[in-house]
Amino acid sequence: MADSKEKQEKKQKKEISKAYEKYASQFTPKPDYFGNGLKAFLIGGLICTAAFWFQNRLTAGGLSEKDAGTFVTISLVALAQLLTGLGLFDSIAKFAGAGVIVPITGFANSMVAPAIEYKKEGPVLGVGAKLFSVAGPVLVCGISSAVLVGLIYWFLGK
Amino acid sequence: MNGWTDYLWTFLIGGGFCLLGQILLDTTKLTAPRILVIFVVSGVVLQAVGLYEPLVKLAGSGATVPLPGFGYALAKGAMDGAAKGFLEAITGPIKATAAGVAVAITFGYLVSLIFTPKSPKGN
Repeated sequence: MADSKEKQEKKQKKEISKAYEKYASQFTPKPDYFGNGLKAFLIGGLICTAAFWFQNRLTAGGLSEKDAGTFVTISLVALAQLLTGLGLFDSIAKFAGAGVIVPITGFANSMVAPAIEYKKEGPVLGVGAKLFSVAGPVLVCGISSAVLVGLIYWFLGK
Repeated sequence: MNGWTDYLWTFLIGGGFCLLGQILLDTTKLTAPRILVIFVVSGVVLQAVGLYEPLVKLAGSGATVPLPGFGYALAKGAMDGAAKGFLEAITGPIKATAAGVAVAITFGYLVSLIFTPKSPKGN
């Protein structure tokens, strides 16, 4: 009997929290799906197009396509990190959303932003550790899955 | 190779990836770090099954600059390495992305040490 009472209480609690969620959702502003999507599409597209233009200038200057691509990547990374340091990246991201988060600029920003925040904890355990609070998971998942792919290909190719 | 259609494809595919990310941000409870991880790993998987290379051929920077392109570079390094041998299959991913990661770490560390935290403006 006591068991079923407990269950009932739990059920009631669940219903209350559900009702509250419904109630609260009336007051949470709905994101502007269309506007946000359009901004992300346009800004993201522009960043990629600018990168392509820069890469073409570099290859025209005599660099190999591979080296030019590498230079474009490191330029984007450095630029995004500098803008983060200056405090400008957040303002841009507020407007462009995923338009600056999905390109490699978002990865670069995700390293510097928490690192600066935790500066007080020192250059090693503050900045040094927090550089990887987001980049760590990305690198861990990315590199380990890619190594797995490499091993599978090596095994199949033998 | 550098006609206006190349620029158009770069814009469309690059913008498309960002639009997808924005939809995920707005309509799901996924946070930005999780989306970054999902995008990179998707790039690895898509390249492994041979679907990402055609996209890079078509859209160039539009496919390599967004984060799935980072996954693509990792997986491509692994696959190119696997053709050479066991050790190369393991070192391939990091070798292929070493420049970007090295700059992100070194320059990121430098910037973080130089600048002080700023409270967001307009709040």
